[in-house]
Amino acid sequence: MATHFSIQGLKAEIEGKEILKGINLEMKGGEIHAIMGPNGTGKSTLASALMGHPKYEVTDGSATLNGEDLLEMGVDERARAGLFLAMQYPSEITGVTNSDFLRSAINARREEGQEISLIRFIRQLEAKMKELDMNPEFAHRYLNEGFSGGEKKRNEILQMMMIEPSIVILDEIDSGLDIDALKIVANGVNAMRSEDRGFLIITHYQRLLNYIKPDFVHVMMQGRIVKSGGPELAERLEAEGYDWVKEELGIEDETVGQEA
Amino acid sequence: MTTQTILPVNAEALGQLSKQRQEPAWLTENRLKALELAASLELPKLEKMRIERWDIQNYGSYKAEASIASLAEVPASIQELIKDQESGSLLIQRNSGVVYSKLAAELAEKGVIFTDLQTAAKEHGDLVKAHLHTAVKADESSVSALHAALWNGGIFVYVPKNVEVTVPLQAVLLTDDGEATFAPHVLIIADANSSVTYVDNYVSGEGSQAVTHNGAVEVFAKQGAKVRYATIHQMGTNVTDLSYRRAIIDNDASMEWIVGEMNSGDTMSDTYSVLKGNGSTSDSKVIAVGSGSQKLNYTTRANHFGKSSESQMITRAVMREEATAIINGITKIEKGATNSDGQQTEKVLMLSPKARGDANPILLIDEDDVKAGHAASVGQVNQEQIYYLMSRGISREVAESLIIYGFLAPVVSQIPMESLQKQLQTVIERKLGQ
Repeated sequence: MATHFSIQGLKAEIEGKEILKGINLEMKGGEIHAIMGPNGTGKSTLASALMGHPKYEVTDGSATLNGEDLLEMGVDERARAGLFLAMQYPSEITGVTNSDFLRSAINARREEGQEISLIRFIRQLEAKMKELDMNPEFAHRYLNEGFSGGEKKRNEILQMMMIEPSIVILDEIDSGLDIDALKIVANGVNAMRSEDRGFLIITHYQRLLNYIKPDFVHVMMQGRIVKSGGPELAERLEAEGYDWVKEELGIEDETVGQEA
Repeated sequence: MTTQTILPVNAEALGQLSKQRQEPAWLTENRLKALELAASLELPKLEKMRIERWDIQNYGSYKAEASIASLAEVPASIQELIKDQESGSLLIQRNSGVVYSKLAAELAEKGVIFTDLQTAAKEHGDLVKAHLHTAVKADESSVSALHAALWNGGIFVYVPKNVEVTVPLQAVLLTDDGEATFAPHVLIIADANSSVTYVDNYVSGEGSQAVTHNGAVEVFAKQGAKVRYATIHQMGTNVTDLSYRRAIIDNDASMEWIVGEMNSGDTMSDTYSVLKGNGSTSDSKVIAVGSGSQKLNYTTRANHFGKSSESQMITRAVMREEATAIINGITKIEKGATNSDGQQTEKVLMLSPKARGDANPILLIDEDDVKAGHAASVGQVNQEQIYYLMSRGISREVAESLIIYGFLAPVVSQIPMESLQKQLQTVIERKLGQ
């Protein structure tokens, strides 16, 4: 079945403050969408609300993946339904090794008795780590503990590659990456492009989009998608900044939910 | 508050029992003196807990226990623990007496002694007499006094000078008769430059009758000796566990404690290293899981007398349901113990809003030229971590257990024996109800 991800009129708030004010977005397998926008416009909130972070409360709208209502599901069920969020600030968890964690994540998608064999798992893990130019030692390190910013981001991509989700949201995956790391991460994403997998890339900067070519670009301001276009939109934003968009739409303060 | 200690036995009966068992006169006298002390001493004072409210009067009475000829006859409750032990060195105490005793022939040839303490008191009287109750003294409290009066069965280990025991000596201590006294005493003497690892398990059988375990462990690591003592207490809800463990560590000797506190009943344990000698070292690791409405009071201590002595103490405890744990770490460095280093860490992870944990690190330093440090933390499971794990498809249950094991893993993984790590892992899983 072709992947179809649909967000309709999504509103969400944090601690009583509305951040998302009605997001509409349609994505199909094979497509890459980029959501761009200055800080504080609700981009990361969108990612967290879709994944089901407990701090965010969805107050209206819907989000479905292949017709299934994601908002009715728990965080783990959303993930098993095919949603993946590469986080901006992944947690560090002492005592849980990266490889034990990944194996639990893979086995969570399998029936009891059908768990991935250790050898097969290790082979896959080693191969993917090599693709991401990660030190094999990281498999046995505690999850994200003591990882640098760039190492954490690579580790997020590693998880995506191992889990093979159908909708991937990358939340500021490019922040804190030097150009070499950026290329490696982009290669990882490009290697995962396929007809039945969609990507939603959240970023401030166009620079990541030099390496991952988006099909659609959306600009977010004040908790809404205010403008959509093709890759040329990203290029214009890179060249001219966001002011022209604000001017065009008559927006003075693009942020949402922030104290003046 | 003064609490009258109710003596479970009178002097006449205790004296007669000692004679019946043909104990040497010095031991009979020890017991009678201790019984007198028990009547006059107070209960130990526990930090932030009132032991006088615990169910600690269930001593029962001494009952002779029939020996077992082969391991095939052991009670079902301990079969898992002793499998593959046919060739090893193993002692089994059941209730008031040791019922099985085996020492590997090659160790016997080297002069290693591994037998029940009652036998050792007769056959190796001088050795036993010179050490028994000199580390955990009878006059410390009514509990230690009662122990000295009532102890039975028991484990005795002696490793001669320069002998290295490479395979662990093992013991299982089982209480499965609520009417029988369960008060084993473990006495380990490692002579100069010897080394030994001793591992034991405290378990209980099916019974539901209340039992008080009043136990003491005394370790003497003579000059240059290395002793590793590992113990897992996994007794049921009907057993209240009062355990004193103490090591006297001579020059350049080292002591390692590995303690798994996995009981289901109330527990007071006190694990104490006396760093008497110069260059002596001590390392203690305590791993605990509490559940139900358990009251738990765990203390680790290191007392530095020797110069350049080093101690390290780590306690990690997970508290479920309505369990309460008070965790004390006391590092004391005496005047003159120059260049010593004492470090301690206590961490408690609470899994429910009704669980309680309290970590009390204490440093008492009477010498300037030393290093000492402590760290303590008490907290709940981090919800951000749970969210992260769940966002990869892992269920809340599995996410929680990963975090709990993760909390204990840095200590469990440092346990130098793989078999013990595995066993502890299994017991932890059971205790966590997974």
